[in-house]
Amino acid sequence: MKLGFFLREALRALKRNAVPSFAAMATVLVTVLILGVFIPVVQATTGAANEVRGRVIANVYLVRDADEKDVARVRNLLENDTPHVAGVEFVSKDQAYAEQRKRNPAAYEELGQFNPLPHTFRITPDDPDNIGKVRNALAPLAPGGGRTVIDGSIDEVTNREEDTNKILSVTRAVKLTTALLAGLLMIASVLLIANTIRLSLFARRREVEVMKLVGATDWFIRWPFVMEGMLVGFLGGVLAVLVLAVFKVAVVDPLAAEYALIAAPETMSFPLLVALLLGAAVAVSAAGSGLSLRRFLRV
Amino acid sequence: MAATERHVRRRSQQPAPLPTPAAQSAVPGAVIDFKNVSKRYPSGDTGLEGVSFAIMPGEFVFLVGASGSGKSTTMRLLIKETEPTGGTIHVAGRDLAKIPRRRVPYYRRNVGMVFQDYKLLPNRTVYENVAYALQVTGGSRRDIRDKVPDILRLTGLSLKLHNHPDQLSGGEQQRVSVARAFVNHPPLLLADEPTGNLDPETSIGIMQLLYRINKTGTTVVVATHDVEMVDKMRRRVIELSHGRVVRDEQAGAYAARETTGEFAIRMRDE
Repeated sequence: MKLGFFLREALRALKRNAVPSFAAMATVLVTVLILGVFIPVVQATTGAANEVRGRVIANVYLVRDADEKDVARVRNLLENDTPHVAGVEFVSKDQAYAEQRKRNPAAYEELGQFNPLPHTFRITPDDPDNIGKVRNALAPLAPGGGRTVIDGSIDEVTNREEDTNKILSVTRAVKLTTALLAGLLMIASVLLIANTIRLSLFARRREVEVMKLVGATDWFIRWPFVMEGMLVGFLGGVLAVLVLAVFKVAVVDPLAAEYALIAAPETMSFPLLVALLLGAAVAVSAAGSGLSLRRFLRV
Repeated sequence: MAATERHVRRRSQQPAPLPTPAAQSAVPGAVIDFKNVSKRYPSGDTGLEGVSFAIMPGEFVFLVGASGSGKSTTMRLLIKETEPTGGTIHVAGRDLAKIPRRRVPYYRRNVGMVFQDYKLLPNRTVYENVAYALQVTGGSRRDIRDKVPDILRLTGLSLKLHNHPDQLSGGEQQRVSVARAFVNHPPLLLADEPTGNLDPETSIGIMQLLYRINKTGTTVVVATHDVEMVDKMRRRVIELSHGRVVRDEQAGAYAARETTGEFAIRMRDE
């Protein structure tokens, strides 16, 4: 009975204040729409950045005359005694030769059967930022400049420093920017919705005052407003989701089918995104109504 | 006047909503007991200064005085809209200062309040405005269907049930306001300048209504600056001036046995 009463009151208020309610709904719609587009974009960007970061590796070149025993020893050293190592991939002389030959057949034509390439270990760090530590562990800086190696059969350790640094700084910037933008957008949406609700409440502050004077408790007054906010949020959210769904079916899906590239980065599944957006829209609107009412309840 | 009788019956059937522990109150049995009450506003203005009076159940009391004499302050203190800066106020033996903020709505349900500017909910019909006072107290739909038409008949608004306040005259709006204040049958009814915006003839109608409500046993306190009206009514008058009580007299020719009809005739004649 109580719930029915509050719901009827909320619907009446919606009908009576059609214009402010519509404004609030439009605000929710636009905000949810922007968030709905932005969240997958952020995820895709971060995913792409992470993929690029995944390519950060260090190469450990062995000396030319290293034999099977040396290889086994170094592999053991890398796998068990070096910190921050996530993966070790062994590329033998012959494999390297085949690879390079495929890439540049003309140059290897000249060499004939002679193979100048050493055995190589490709090391993936547990975190791209730790690549420097891995390198320092394997080849500490010598007092006189240059580097020494910790094992006689290691010739050199490189991490393609320039590339690595570039990748790391660029991806870090991308991540930071998107996070910052997402944060700002969130704050803007909450403020926008709260402000719109506040405006529509301000028009009704006299009503609230009268209710208080007649002996209504705070929550008796508040519930209809909260429900109204939830309804507005829900309607705005549903409309935004519909627009998003149309956009997804009409634009994104065909593109993704044609260019596999777009689908590649991991993004949230659409139903989850929809649920999240709707939940946020309803919660923010309800909380906005309930909280904005506070100052008018002080009678 | 069947409607009135029904209301008298309802009033007597109601268990006294406000218990009256006489020990707390200096004047035993008083509905309102002001003891040395002062109200100083933060701006430095004085609302009331050392005001004391007691009003007994069933009384009809006028609170008169020029603008700014403290009438409205007294009313606002009585519904706990503001707090006094000194002294104590007891209503039905209960110290208002001891009612926590959370309980204030429950206290207000026992005090009917009529305002100069009616304070009706603008987007509700007459019926819904009155019904709201019952809905607030958790009144059932049956309760509302039962009581609201009755009280609207008493106040002469049966034909305006589904009008909105902006479709009513001032007098009619004030009648709705009175109906809303009285629908819960509160033991105390406060009216702050109820006739302030109304012409003399309409004012008599409102006064007649308040008089009829008073006859059911409800204590009625009316703040007004309409001295002519007060003189005609011949009821107890408390006069305030600059926040002090300057006169508190029981009118000599107190015609307590008067019927509402006789009352109206006398009001119009004199």
